[in-house]
Amino acid sequence: MNMTLKSVALAAAFAVAAAMPMAGPANAGTPKNMLIMAKNIDDLITLDPAEVFEFTGGEVIANVYDRVMMFEPEDLTTLVGGVTESHTISDDGKTIVFKVRAGQTFHSGNPVTAADVAFSLRRVVKLKKTPSFILTQFGWNKGNVDGLIKTVDAMHVSVTMAADFSPGLLLNALSAGVGSVVDMKEVMKHAKDGDFGYGWLKNHSAGSGAYSLQTWNANEIVSLSAHAGYRHGAPAMGRIVMRHVPEPAAQRLMVEKGDADMARDLTPDQIKGMMGNADIVVGDYPKAALIYMATNNAHPILGKDKVRQAIRYVVDYKGMADSFLAGQYKIHQAFWPSGLWGSLEETPFEMDLAKAKALLAEAGHGSGFEIVIDTLKKSPYPEIAQSVQAALAKIGVKSQIILSEGKTLWPKYRARKHQLIVAQWSPDYVDPHSNADAFAHNPDNRMEAKLTGKLAWRTSWENPSINAMTERAAKELDLVKREKLYMDLQRKVQMDGPFTVMFQKSEQVASRKNVKNFVSGANFDLVFYRTITK
Amino acid sequence: MSQDTANAKTTIEAAGRISRSALPSRLFAITKHGFSILLTFVGLTAITFIIGRVMPADPVLAIVGDRASNEVYEAMRLQLGLDKPLIQQYLIYLSNILQGDFGTSIMTTRPVLDDIIRFFPATLELATIATIFGVFLGIPMGVLAAVNQGRLIDHVIRIIGLFGYSVPIFWLGMVALLIFYAGLGWLPGPGRIAVYYDGIVEARSGIILLDSALQGEWEIFWNALHHLVLPASMLATFALAYIARMTRSFMLDQLNQEYILTARVKGLSEGAVIWRHAFRNVLVQLITIIGLTYASLLEGSVLTETIFAWPGIGQYITTSLFNADMNAVIGGTVVVGICFVGVNVLSDILYRIVDPRSHD
Amino acid sequence: MTDQPTETGLKEWLLSDTPQSVAQARCQRLYLAWLSFSANPIAMLGLAIIVVLVGMAAAAPVLTGGDGTEQALANRLQPPSVAHWFGTDELGRDIYDRIVWGARITLYIVGLVAIIVVPIGLLVGTVAGYVGGWVDIILMRVTDIFLAFPRLILALAFVAVLGPGLENAVLAIALTTWSPFARISRAETLTIRNAEHILAARVQGASTARIIVHHVTPLCLSSVIVRLTLDMAGIILVAAGLGFLGLGAQPPLPEWGAMISTGRQYMLDQWWVATIPGLAILIVSMGFNLLGDGLRDVLDPRSGGTS
Repeated sequence: MNMTLKSVALAAAFAVAAAMPMAGPANAGTPKNMLIMAKNIDDLITLDPAEVFEFTGGEVIANVYDRVMMFEPEDLTTLVGGVTESHTISDDGKTIVFKVRAGQTFHSGNPVTAADVAFSLRRVVKLKKTPSFILTQFGWNKGNVDGLIKTVDAMHVSVTMAADFSPGLLLNALSAGVGSVVDMKEVMKHAKDGDFGYGWLKNHSAGSGAYSLQTWNANEIVSLSAHAGYRHGAPAMGRIVMRHVPEPAAQRLMVEKGDADMARDLTPDQIKGMMGNADIVVGDYPKAALIYMATNNAHPILGKDKVRQAIRYVVDYKGMADSFLAGQYKIHQAFWPSGLWGSLEETPFEMDLAKAKALLAEAGHGSGFEIVIDTLKKSPYPEIAQSVQAALAKIGVKSQIILSEGKTLWPKYRARKHQLIVAQWSPDYVDPHSNADAFAHNPDNRMEAKLTGKLAWRTSWENPSINAMTERAAKELDLVKREKLYMDLQRKVQMDGPFTVMFQKSEQVASRKNVKNFVSGANFDLVFYRTITK
Repeated sequence: MSQDTANAKTTIEAAGRISRSALPSRLFAITKHGFSILLTFVGLTAITFIIGRVMPADPVLAIVGDRASNEVYEAMRLQLGLDKPLIQQYLIYLSNILQGDFGTSIMTTRPVLDDIIRFFPATLELATIATIFGVFLGIPMGVLAAVNQGRLIDHVIRIIGLFGYSVPIFWLGMVALLIFYAGLGWLPGPGRIAVYYDGIVEARSGIILLDSALQGEWEIFWNALHHLVLPASMLATFALAYIARMTRSFMLDQLNQEYILTARVKGLSEGAVIWRHAFRNVLVQLITIIGLTYASLLEGSVLTETIFAWPGIGQYITTSLFNADMNAVIGGTVVVGICFVGVNVLSDILYRIVDPRSHD
Repeated sequence: MTDQPTETGLKEWLLSDTPQSVAQARCQRLYLAWLSFSANPIAMLGLAIIVVLVGMAAAAPVLTGGDGTEQALANRLQPPSVAHWFGTDELGRDIYDRIVWGARITLYIVGLVAIIVVPIGLLVGTVAGYVGGWVDIILMRVTDIFLAFPRLILALAFVAVLGPGLENAVLAIALTTWSPFARISRAETLTIRNAEHILAARVQGASTARIIVHHVTPLCLSSVIVRLTLDMAGIILVAAGLGFLGLGAQPPLPEWGAMISTGRQYMLDQWWVATIPGLAILIVSMGFNLLGDGLRDVLDPRSGGTS
């Protein structure tokens, strides 16, 4: 018995001993030339620029590939040449000839030439992955693209549109991820069964950007190495490591403890909790991402004009923006985000339950009805949905919330099976047409048309005059007229459409105070690592 | 993860009954195990496969993304073979697995088998350390309780054991991180290893402790061990509770036997009676229990792995499930299921070797 | 019965050495069991916890000011105080209210799971054990497949198919919980299938179904009940885990696991949001475990618990 006690004590001592010497792990901070970023990277499924369409992937390829046209971190509002140094537009506005910058090299050491540019754009069209519509909307397809996008000489490429669009829109579109220039020689070395190297490029890199991909392990880590031969000179950080940390609270701890230099997905409340910490600096970066609510127009009740109107007056915009969204979302009510060319800053709606109730009564639903609200699982969507739910209850509308992962939610939305949905939207490239095409344009509302990429189609909302306006705006060559067209279009959608745009995002990044010059622009793929110093 | 432990409890107890039912001959046992593994394998794949095909999450959208046009969507659907009849899809899948091809994961873009080889060692490492904790603390606690049956120390140990059964481990993990990482700073936070050590040690076994030790990277070895302490303790909470409880009950059985009385009458010291006589018999029974505990921890403790950002098999299967990455889910499930059955078989064989009575 | 026990005679009637009727004998057995149960302080503590839980659930409208879903954004994340005993959550809802209303959800889950699982487990187990042969082999193989499945993953997968929600979570938990009950009932059945009274019934020409329902099942009940009580805690933990992963009760329902899940992001600055529901789960599942442990000592003395 004595012996038993002793052995328990021994075992306990063993366990404690196992834990104790580990007290105080060396918190010397992260290595000097390396930036460690805690971020949720679970959306990352491919790094092939012809396919990337997710937030994390978009950010990574923006640092690995230079594009035909680009925004540079030094001036986020001016579109300039990336891989190309200049361009000339033909008189009919259909053809643009780009001149490739001399002296650029890919990570492999190969020089960047006009042939790489033409190959990269054709590759997007031929592979026909999800973001390819950004290019194919200009009338290109497998059959004609070789004739319309071609090299003039070693350093000149000519690009001709086969559809009626403003050349300004084309230049903007070439600043999207699909405008990334890949290393033709390197990529074709790994091509298999005519896949243009797609299988290989998914998790390798062959670009001319500031960083090359070292490793990507899904849901673990993305590691980038500096490209010594970059056209702006080698970046200060030799290595950028994105560590997958899904928990915002864990991200905060890591940056507070110095285990990470930067935390990317903190909630407003966590930022507030860190305010007193002198080692931490919080940067604010307005983004173009919007949170909106969409009603299904095919729903017998939600399809009524007055009911759609009523919903706009139910949202507690201010209450949410001042509490759990404070610092990261501001009120915005038009489909093109504020702070960009063509944005509409008017916010005509505020919470007015009496008005909403009156509108419902006018529509013949004064006694209320029942609906389902679908939204995403991660914060702040459940909170927003619950706030809307509580407000709806006050005007007699009973609602049930269903939280899902995107992979479950999107099929439902695309099949038009939703009733009320709270979701996010971020433009594909910085041109109002990107959002107008999604929110306003629905040329064929039939179920079998399956225009599933367009939000207007998903919500069964079709308005011929608004369709015509969207098309006109995309073609308009005069910038002043074009901007006015987008303003009008936004006002119309704001009043009649099935969308209640509510908030616009502002990213808050917490970093150690020695980390400087991180640049994050309006769009999801305007994030730059090359300027960072430590 | 606490549902894992709760489930583990039921699994273990039920499975305990299977393996304790003595089987007539070893040959029969082996045939029976082979049969049961085969059936389990077919059952597991069939059920998972059907689930994967009827769930509302869409594997095509998981690849092409929310904004894909219908054309892109349909092309991918054809490429994945999802237009074929369900039964044909299943048979194609089954014949592929039999050739060792589990398909490619959507999420990681790598072959599922490669993924499993990468993720499973993390779980193995965690489960092994947790089981060791559980054994070294649980057995003495159980013996102590049995020897002092009905006294205060027995009740205290019993309450500790019940606590291990009752606490939501994911919650306990959060609280532990808050105290030991955020508050006291004694232990490192989530993850297997500090980020800046990542990729230094060449992954041979995939078990960082082993790899770093073999390659003489002691700094990394200690770092990895630090990272293991909290998650392993959380898992050990359950293992400890279960092992202590079973040890106590087995010991009580033995202590009431006549030979113990005889030994005492012969004047053997109490320590000798307990450890050399009673415990030796208990040890045989405990092998099954420890094996089952280990097997259930190997099933992957989804929530512990979530809380501690541990890149193990449980997390792999769960995130794959949420992402409609069905090749990964089926592959992972099959491997885990086989593992579970395998450890059972192993402990059964061990039991036969150690227990003299089963040789007749 | 003419000898209705009077209040004073009750104890005597219950403890009489010569019971006059079957009913009296049964009551006596129950009473003796109760005596031994109530002498066990740990088991009584468990019982007390469960009684409080049931009381809380029943009296929720009286104990709280609302239904636990009233938001007050201006009043969010308040620490525990006199006005809000357990503080408020991320939408300014009173956590005490939510805990009290959450007791209903917890009871609903365990109750429903029990109602589904026990009959299925009993049916499969007794039929397999009593009929034997191929039926036994097939039923037990199916049971084994469910046992070998990684259980949380099975539950997750079922919810993924059925869609998130309280009822679906219950179904998923039931699907992953029934198999041990089948095993237990089968084991019990095997030990009693050749007992005399069952052979007698068979000789009298009772049908198999009748024998299983009337003679075998009642004898399996006590071990099933013990097992069920011990499993209650497990069920609560699984439900909480599903809620934690966002697959259980949907907002705004105050399910404790879901409350921990949302509270997780406030852990560092507002500890109470996640800690209090965690404690609630701990206490309740501890209660069921204590009760089950006590019940086992009483009903199933073979397992060698404390005297």
